[in-house]
Amino acid sequence: MTAPPDVAGAVLVAGAQILVVGVGGPLLLGLMRKTRSRLEGRVGPPVRQPLLDVRKLFAKQRIRPQCGSWLFAAGPIVLISTSVMVAGTAPLLTTRPALGQSTDFFGVVFVLLLGSVFLALAALDTGTPFGGMGASRATTIGALAEPALLVAVLAFSIPAHTSNLPALVRDGLSNPQVIASPGRILALAAFVVVVLAESGRLPVDNPSTHLELTMIHEAMVLEHSGPDLALVTVGESMRLALLLGLLVNLSVPWGIATASGMASLVVGAVALAAKVVLAGIAIATFEVFTAKLRLFRLPELLAGAFVLALLGVVTALVAR
Amino acid sequence: MSFWSGARTILRPGRVTETARRRSDLEQARVPASTLRGSVQLRHVDAGSCNGCEMEVVSAFGPVYDAERFGARLVASPRHADALLVSGPVTRNMARPLAKTFDAMPEPRLVVALGDCARDCGVFHGGYGVEGAVGDVLAVDVHVAGCPPSPGAIVDALRGLTGR
Repeated sequence: MTAPPDVAGAVLVAGAQILVVGVGGPLLLGLMRKTRSRLEGRVGPPVRQPLLDVRKLFAKQRIRPQCGSWLFAAGPIVLISTSVMVAGTAPLLTTRPALGQSTDFFGVVFVLLLGSVFLALAALDTGTPFGGMGASRATTIGALAEPALLVAVLAFSIPAHTSNLPALVRDGLSNPQVIASPGRILALAAFVVVVLAESGRLPVDNPSTHLELTMIHEAMVLEHSGPDLALVTVGESMRLALLLGLLVNLSVPWGIATASGMASLVVGAVALAAKVVLAGIAIATFEVFTAKLRLFRLPELLAGAFVLALLGVVTALVAR
Repeated sequence: MSFWSGARTILRPGRVTETARRRSDLEQARVPASTLRGSVQLRHVDAGSCNGCEMEVVSAFGPVYDAERFGARLVASPRHADALLVSGPVTRNMARPLAKTFDAMPEPRLVVALGDCARDCGVFHGGYGVEGAVGDVLAVDVHVAGCPPSPGAIVDALRGLTGR
């Protein structure tokens, strides 16, 4: 904290993190599809397929509804902006990211939520029945998942006496017993459920559905095309990579760079990739064994996550 | 389903996908739209088919033929689609929806006519409810012959689009 501001270093770190998350997000999506395909007895599309899709989408025509307002255009842009902002400032490759002093865990949650809100507004803006339906479902799930996430963040921040995200990761590195404390484990369980809900994975939402009536997230982006859809795809996959990256760095922080400089950034990137790949394969394997929950059962799941997070807060307060 | 019975279900059959034909063995070598190389999203429209073609499409995207490994994927919205997969003769009721679906797709866009009915109305030729073949409503880029076309033929046609 006492070091003089190093603008070039900060730009390097932020750029490296945005690059790793921006390219790694689509690759993570491809890896999870590949894992599912393999377990289903298929060969499956190559891991780089989402990158090929995005490249093609940027070359395609952009169609926007005639009756739509600026919100339709703003949705994908706000989504990708929030993902890039969090990717630049979160402790992913290093415990000292750019603007690390101001990377508050609560703030990260709110910034990511802003992207979801604008995506829902863009879906409502088209006036199509599926867009409105998807937006209302996504907002319902968000309203149930966010409280659980915020309480889990509170449970994370009580033992460390701070909600500053890089400080939380550094705390885990210097005091490994904090990670295995009951409060942290309960909060981590709640965090996992919320990550699944927020990134539209099973058992909350089926990312590979073709049936409009079962869609939650997909229904919101049915009207987006070409470059707009590419931004949505990249933004959503970056968000998944970000949430998983934060999850693994909070639960298994080892390998993350603690010094600045190119070499430690590369080591941090390799460690992050290895951890996120394992987490992605675990989630994809879990998805093969599970079915989508009925929509009206979702409040039970997310209320369960909320209770876990609340228990985490109580345990952390008692153990303090 | 318990974890162990699920794991047995996965491990016992192993990989069921058939080995792909070599790319050089395919008849169609030219990719109709170069921007779509490697990634083609398809929107399927049943314009009046007997559902024979639909069953073969399901097989083509199933584990045995696995068209997704060549970069083709079925999507839920024409806004996401690069190619329109049309099956059956075009009935009077479906002519306008078919044309509107095509209009909703962003450029560059292709039309794949699936099955003999899509080319010349097949056994439905001259029927009172039939408007005409797919070629009478839209400009067809690729035609897949057969009644119904085999999943292998569908996969070959899709590989012709993705160039893989």
